[in-house]
Amino acid sequence: MPKTLFEKIWDTHVVHKADDDTCLIYIDRHLVHEVTSPQAFEGLRMAGRRVRNVGATLAVADHNVPTTNRTLGIQEPESKLQIETLEQNVKEFGITYFGMSDKRQGIVHIIGPEQGFTQPGMTIVCGDSHTSTHGAFGSLAFGIGTSEVEHVLATQTLIQKPAKTMRITVDGTVSEHITAKDIVLHIIGVIGTAGGTGYVIEYAGSAIRSLSMEGRMTVCNMTIEAGARAGLIAPDATTFAYLKDRPMAPQGENWEKAVAWWQTLPTDDGASFDKEVHIDAADISPTVTWGTSPQDVLPITGIVPDPEQENDANKKAAMVRALEYMGLTAGTKLTDITIDKVFIGSCTNARIEDLRAAAKIVEGKQVASHVQAMIVPGSGLVKAQAEEEGLDKIFLDAGFEWREPGCSLCLGMNEDRLNPGERCASTSNRNFEGRQGRGARTHLLSPAMAAAAAITGKLTDIREFK
Amino acid sequence: MKKFDKLTSIPAPLPLINIDTDMIIPKQFLRTIKRTGLASGLFYEMRFDESGNPKPDFVLNRAPYSSSTILVAGNNFGCGSSREHAPWALLDFGIRCVIAPSYSDIFFNNCFKNGILPICASQEVVDALVQDGENNKEITIDLEQQKIVSGNVVYDFDIDPFRKHCLLNGLDDIGLTLEKESFISTYESKCAQDKPWL
Ligand code: SF4
Repeated sequence: MPKTLFEKIWDTHVVHKADDDTCLIYIDRHLVHEVTSPQAFEGLRMAGRRVRNVGATLAVADHNVPTTNRTLGIQEPESKLQIETLEQNVKEFGITYFGMSDKRQGIVHIIGPEQGFTQPGMTIVCGDSHTSTHGAFGSLAFGIGTSEVEHVLATQTLIQKPAKTMRITVDGTVSEHITAKDIVLHIIGVIGTAGGTGYVIEYAGSAIRSLSMEGRMTVCNMTIEAGARAGLIAPDATTFAYLKDRPMAPQGENWEKAVAWWQTLPTDDGASFDKEVHIDAADISPTVTWGTSPQDVLPITGIVPDPEQENDANKKAAMVRALEYMGLTAGTKLTDITIDKVFIGSCTNARIEDLRAAAKIVEGKQVASHVQAMIVPGSGLVKAQAEEEGLDKIFLDAGFEWREPGCSLCLGMNEDRLNPGERCASTSNRNFEGRQGRGARTHLLSPAMAAAAAITGKLTDIREFK
Repeated sequence: MKKFDKLTSIPAPLPLINIDTDMIIPKQFLRTIKRTGLASGLFYEMRFDESGNPKPDFVLNRAPYSSSTILVAGNNFGCGSSREHAPWALLDFGIRCVIAPSYSDIFFNNCFKNGILPICASQEVVDALVQDGENNKEITIDLEQQKIVSGNVVYDFDIDPFRKHCLLNGLDDIGLTLEKESFISTYESKCAQDKPWL
């Protein structure tokens, strides 16, 4: 029987299946960061358990790390304690760890692929919802809670039931200036933030195939914003070329064997999905969010919507609340919205391609005088690469801040955060109330659009930007 | 994990849709290295003003809801971040059961690991229970029977049998899984042969 990519990965990872279909599935890779792991290690310690497969586990500090001068150490005592706790735990349990002074340190979902730790056909988990990012490699990757982190550390397995499958096919060619971020924001707008609940989504179609690995990661990253457990893209030549010779990727004879298996993974012709969605790439415009849910998207040419036009009472109430929170009035043109801050970073858009795209826009220009703009590279290696290409200079000359790698303003757990009422054009993934700081207002968009907004001081149609 | 069997309380109504885990427990409370003590951060920005004083109109700040053990909410509850701090904070506040039309997968999962019962109910049932809450009417959750009892009205709910079993008996997943250790070892040796690159 023809199988989907999801079914192939699932079937090869079932360790035990109970009569009611509850499965114990094996976990090939486990990423660990400081925020969601302390209670899991504590649980292990209390039960006298060890980490079953230390080689399958990689730890990094990212959420709390300062992005300014690191020689000063961490100022906030709780952040400091959380990172020190992780450092003690990795030592005690023998886990590979990229510490703050390691060049390979960075956002957990950026460093996994960068090291070749993430590979096709694997099951990958992390105590973090954006683990879906790794699905770009054709691996089944999803976020878990801390109890499950402990479960994986102790048993290298998880108790799961198979998900339903959805295929989203984006066919055609996107127009110039349309990026992976616009594609995924558009998709979330189409299916809604609960549209993917219970599903694993496979992205297919020519517009997806033609994306780079960086772009594919952006799409899979925001799958969680559509409510789905995981996103998948079939591995192909682009995937293999990206992985070849990465430090933790298979080498030599093993590389050949691995590739041979990876090539068998793509969904078979005739395999069926529980749900199919088709999207025409030509319908996708540069896209931004206006509200406090990632489904609140509009083409940049749009106007802030009017709750009076909404018939569903719950949705209407949510819109009224969102407009009040965002300080916006129905009918305002999106391109008339002025911004205070620009954040280019996060596991959605802080890879080298994202920085190149932003640099291309700002080269030779100046950040608007009322705007504070910052670039936070996704990892130490991305930062080094960008510096080698001279991108840091372009940003600094234009008036951007050039920071150390970490999650930073994506969620504001370290000292980077917005003040109440401040409006930010952000390349991150969540525009929730309070996400970037209490009362902070977030507009999600692509790196190029964020860069253009930094220069003009307001939301800007990248197609009109000169 | 604490066993769950029956629960009676006036439900606290919070009928907003898309309540995300950033709203349930904002990031400044995630720096803890413990599971307990998070009640003070629950719904922080909705519950407290800028100077940290309780907002009198927020539902959980008002009697009798301040001692509710059941929360009734809108669609897509618990969306967003995977932080288990969200169910920890609910639990620490005393909430043992959430009733909503739908949930995000990760939050839903996390509840069961902490002895919280998340019930999926239709919008009509949720609307009726919100009314009960507003009328200060007690309801009872009977997990064994899979019933929500509101006076003479009884609603059935579905739950995965394995999860029900674990909740009723307060079972720890890791212990259950380690009973299958031999299956894990067999899988690992086969994998070492089939996928030597792992
Ligand atoms: S960059 Fe943002 S979304 Fe990504 S892992 Fe860090 S906090 Fe989470």
